[in-house]
Amino acid sequence: MAVVAAKPSEEPKSNTKTTGQTDTITLRISRSNPSEGQESTFAEFQVPVQKWTTVLEAILYVKQNFDHSVAVRYSCRQASCGSCGMKINGRPALACYTKVSELDSNVITVEPMNNFPIIRDLAVDFKQLISNHKKMKPFIIREDSEVTPDSKEFIQTPQDLEKFLQFSYCIKCGLCNSACPTMATDESFIGPQGLAQAYRYVADNRDKGKDERLKIIDDSHGIWRCHFAGSCSHVCPKGVDPAMAIQLLRGYMLGFRK
Amino acid sequence: MRESIIMKIHYGTALGAVALVAVHILMRMSQKFSDSLQYQNVIANYHFLPYALMLEVLLILLSVHGFNGLRVILLELKQGSTYERMINYGSLAAMAALIAYGSRTILMAGMGVS
Repeated sequence: MAVVAAKPSEEPKSNTKTTGQTDTITLRISRSNPSEGQESTFAEFQVPVQKWTTVLEAILYVKQNFDHSVAVRYSCRQASCGSCGMKINGRPALACYTKVSELDSNVITVEPMNNFPIIRDLAVDFKQLISNHKKMKPFIIREDSEVTPDSKEFIQTPQDLEKFLQFSYCIKCGLCNSACPTMATDESFIGPQGLAQAYRYVADNRDKGKDERLKIIDDSHGIWRCHFAGSCSHVCPKGVDPAMAIQLLRGYMLGFRK
Repeated sequence: MRESIIMKIHYGTALGAVALVAVHILMRMSQKFSDSLQYQNVIANYHFLPYALMLEVLLILLSVHGFNGLRVILLELKQGSTYERMINYGSLAAMAALIAYGSRTILMAGMGVS
């Protein structure tokens, strides 16, 4: 990969109010545009940071002061929307949830997530992730799901809720799919995100669509292709454990769980 | 066949093979290891019907498990309906061929035909 060092024509104007000590880091941003046949290169920028500066803020500083054409997807800046997933120093993480100071390095490299088609620079295509998520029927399936004046609430104890609660925290950021070694070779694999969502609804005592979902994941590129590397759970910013969900789903498939 | 059934067979054959290989290794310990590999002793294994049957079962378990494992690896390497059909039928054919050839060896050695 070639390295392109950005040379700003003038000193950037910083409009951030600084109260703490400011350090400078080198931010290396992967630049590519596959639709125009542009190969991946790295552009380097010197960015002033403070101890609370996040990687996303550093990227936005570059956009604001050096090169506005850097493509990055972001929205909430508080690890809720799942938009700013990227590889930060080789590890999939949310840029808004990763502080520069916790990386213990003066050189920070940001790249697009693995296992996703690149749209441009740091922005990747989520089409397959969303389509696999939809395939899992991520909603409660039951005949009497429509609430009518006569219908009662669907009772759920705290213990029932505990069975799937952590899996409902998924923000569809795609970090788990990016870290999955099976997804790197098998592009038809459903992926840890989809499988964890399948478990979230299968384990919900209000849901009656268990058999339907188990049939969907019982495919030659379904649940059985997971090798339990566990990297999906390791990178999840919301503490979801997709690797465990996959093992619990296998329990249903093998008849250990009802 | 559903993938879950194939994988149940995969796990079952693995467990069965581990148990039978353990018996096979323990049988080596009934005498000195080097003696157990002597020509006459090896042939005697095939003449002992229960042991020959165990070897036949072991052959089937290992072939089924091994070729299904190979099928899974190949399916992860590349995708596409024609390729996948080719891999599925190819591994099934290779499995049947290995079992047939191994069974022939067990049968011939058991009958004293060399």
